[in-house]
Amino acid sequence: MAFQLLTRTATFLATLAVASVLVFAFMTVLPGSPAQVVLGVSASEEAVAQMEADFGLDRPLPEQYWDWVSGLPSGDFGTSYVTGAEIGPQIVDRSLVTLWLVGAGMLVALVIALPLGTLAAVKHRRPSGTVLAGISQVGIAVPSFLAGIILISVFSVTLGWFPAGGWTTPASDPVAFLQGLVLPALALGLVQGSVLSRYVRSTVLNVQREDFIRTARSKGLRSWQAMVHHGLRNAAIPIVTVLGLQLSVLLVGAVVVERVFVIPGLGSLLIDGVRNRDLLLVQGVVMVLVLAILAINWLVDVLYTVLDPRLRATA
Amino acid sequence: MSAATEAIVLPDSVDVVEPGRANWSLRVGGVLVGLVVVVALVSFVWTPWDPYLVDGTNRLMGPSSSHWLGTDQFGRDVLSRLMVGARTTLYVGIVAVSLAAVGGIPLGIVMGMAPRWLQTVLVRANDLLLAFPALLLAIMFGAVFGASTTTAMVAIGIATIPVFARITRSGTLQVMSTEYVLAARAGGRSAPAVAVRHVLPNVTSLLLVQASVSFAIAALAEAALSFLGFGTAPPIPSWGRMLNEAYSVLAVSPLQALWPGLAIATAVLGFNLLGDGLRDRLDPRLADAR
Amino acid sequence: MSDPVTARTPADVTVGGAAVDGAPGDDHRLVVEDLSVRAGRLGLVHDVSFRLGRGERVGLIGESGSGKSLTALAVMGLLPEGLSASGSVRVSSVDHDLVGASDARLADLRGRVLSMVFQEPMTALNPVMRVGDQVAEVMEVHDLASGRDARRRAVELLAQVRMRDPDGVARRYPHQLSGGQRQRVMLAIALANEPDVLVCDEPTTALDVTVQAQMLDLVVRGAAERDAALLFITHDLAVVATVCERVLVMYGGHIVEAGPTRRVFTAPRHPYTRGLVRASDLGALGVDGTDGSLRRPLPTIPGTVPPAGAFPSGCVFRNRCERADEACEVEPPWDGLPGDGAACVHPYDPEDTAAPGDTAASEPGGVT
Repeated sequence: MAFQLLTRTATFLATLAVASVLVFAFMTVLPGSPAQVVLGVSASEEAVAQMEADFGLDRPLPEQYWDWVSGLPSGDFGTSYVTGAEIGPQIVDRSLVTLWLVGAGMLVALVIALPLGTLAAVKHRRPSGTVLAGISQVGIAVPSFLAGIILISVFSVTLGWFPAGGWTTPASDPVAFLQGLVLPALALGLVQGSVLSRYVRSTVLNVQREDFIRTARSKGLRSWQAMVHHGLRNAAIPIVTVLGLQLSVLLVGAVVVERVFVIPGLGSLLIDGVRNRDLLLVQGVVMVLVLAILAINWLVDVLYTVLDPRLRATA
Repeated sequence: MSAATEAIVLPDSVDVVEPGRANWSLRVGGVLVGLVVVVALVSFVWTPWDPYLVDGTNRLMGPSSSHWLGTDQFGRDVLSRLMVGARTTLYVGIVAVSLAAVGGIPLGIVMGMAPRWLQTVLVRANDLLLAFPALLLAIMFGAVFGASTTTAMVAIGIATIPVFARITRSGTLQVMSTEYVLAARAGGRSAPAVAVRHVLPNVTSLLLVQASVSFAIAALAEAALSFLGFGTAPPIPSWGRMLNEAYSVLAVSPLQALWPGLAIATAVLGFNLLGDGLRDRLDPRLADAR
Repeated sequence: MSDPVTARTPADVTVGGAAVDGAPGDDHRLVVEDLSVRAGRLGLVHDVSFRLGRGERVGLIGESGSGKSLTALAVMGLLPEGLSASGSVRVSSVDHDLVGASDARLADLRGRVLSMVFQEPMTALNPVMRVGDQVAEVMEVHDLASGRDARRRAVELLAQVRMRDPDGVARRYPHQLSGGQRQRVMLAIALANEPDVLVCDEPTTALDVTVQAQMLDLVVRGAAERDAALLFITHDLAVVATVCERVLVMYGGHIVEAGPTRRVFTAPRHPYTRGLVRASDLGALGVDGTDGSLRRPLPTIPGTVPPAGAFPSGCVFRNRCERADEACEVEPPWDGLPGDGAACVHPYDPEDTAAPGDTAASEPGGVT
């Protein structure tokens, strides 16, 4: 198993390296130099040249790439061309906020999906399956930012139970922090939960039909015992895949939801960066998001190996 | 033969098929998509009001006999703007999906027929690109090329290429291992000829399903982008943009957000259901494998 | 052990009702009466009755779709959702009917009184659980052994089914074993608690020919050592001929013929059985008396098994039968003794043997 983990980790790191080249290359294909973009078309050639020299933009691309990427592991994302501020600390701060958001959203999704999906599978072929399929279709069709707007207009504007937006750090005021987290977490989690519950249902249904469940029952286990002792771990394998995908979806959803709830996370940072044409900042945030997505995929791979002995081929 | 008897053809293996859902998805999806298409088409020849007509005296009106869905904060007729907005959604979806298909299908065939080593490289690269969400790519495009409907749909299309490539590849691999293709190849047909004659017709149904689902994803992404202000630029109506404008007056008039929200959900639901229904219709074995 | 009135030889069995029976004495391990399985309004198995005696080995044969596996699952109380059983299934050591019993009561019997080996060894074991634990579980569930004790017993059982390195095998996962090994694990599980009745549903069908014989030997031996009654389901007549003393032939959810293996295979009375025997090339194995050196093209039964619900009324075989006429439009009565006969209006004469040119059939019940 150790060998498996090693190869998967190596693949992850290699993919990450390629991704960093892609992100860097993409942000550099821009017609004209970044300095030109920042200073505007009316800027004099001297001013552009001066700025290029200041930020090292006149160096060969491989050198610029290496300069950028070698700083990443230590959290050095470079200095913004626009504000002149260090990008790294901003990204770290904002990442924490987004992490809270995504974590809370996933929690909501799981709390909804696991019991609901399992229940629907156990009571299967009654209308529950169809109802759940319907709910989950509606769930997919309602993007998280739309859910956020609906939640705000109901629970904030109309009922006044929760704030419509803003962010308080958990350290400064835990109660305000939780109050502010509720609606965005619901916006992210409700939608994903309804989608997830459908997967949980079909997975549990499929596992119920497995031959080894019948074997377990032929040994004298009650059907629920067979499901708990033999079904759960087998069902976990496909569900982990979906969870991985959903985490990525949540991450991207958070970018937009942060906008709706005026939350200073990575998404807001990214959008501000695009607005200000702060290319290095955008490059950094995109890299962090890609890193997170790749890391989730890696984690899913690792979990597979742990859960499924069949994947632990003898090396 | 009805679904009920079909399920018991082989009593020794006893499979329980859930009947009836496939047709429902297809029907409801078809109706919803049809509705969006019809509304978009009608908007070319008729809208209740000029969707761009600003009327300072009639701002944020509720639904009435003259403005069926009311007016927005600039006094523009919401229904008219919704109708024209349907065009934007369809436009973005059609261009993005076409781009993805044109790029992804040949790539997928190459990925399925190329020499082993090349397949490995391409599949790895494709998996990497799959990790880039459409929305993220579109935001990057917006940062580099400037935000517009065009960059949005090109970015969404490019982000969807790997999805089509992957599906085409799996279909290609499946078809390539069948006996009639082996026979065709043994008979001296070249790889491209085999691809066009045997592979393409066999992956069509898979791609059709994917096209419908991708259409829904594209519509969602466009809405999100326009909401963020990176998609369709004002004053051209787009549902995401309308939602953005409604969001800014949410405290005053929560109902404003309802209509564009409903429109987005309807279109996405329609295309997803259509995809589901098509899948069930074209390959019943996949019906419960989701 | 039984009084003189009920003591009888297999040949002159006369049990009341429609029971199909050939076992000596009253000492029945399993008594199935009028067992039917239906899916909603659609009947899949119709009024099946048979008895298994202590240590008796009975084959249940038929093409796929004949209802043999459903019969076995109904006996085990493991019918898939949507299917229901009626009639009566009793085992000697239990004082209540198994049909209609609560799942809790049935669960208590499964794996202890009734055991089953399934057809598909590749999927029948839990892929994420060690083999030894899966064997031990069947003892732990019934509180017959636990913890280290169960684990030790599991290794013993694996050794009993001739697993080399049983200690090592116990620690492995199913995917690390071959199909034959997995099926032996299944057998070890089935035999662990010394069941009264062992049901094997095509246990060798999915295996390589080379390991089939060993598996059959282990099944027969395992059942014999425990004096368990064996119900052996297969479509392979050669396997039945080597394993079973008695055979039940199923078609369209009905038992169409029953009798001692030798009689059924040498002098089949039902046209369906006759077709099966002819199509099986049992001659090559010398069962029907020929030496098998004269190979001939195998005759097949005309037509195919219709899907459930599409069988003709009356005799279910009449649309494929060369002897069918108007008389077959009503359900045929049982012709012969309850444990040795056929459900046919126009049965073949006992003298009319299955294969042309073979020697005289031995007397009914000649298996010893």
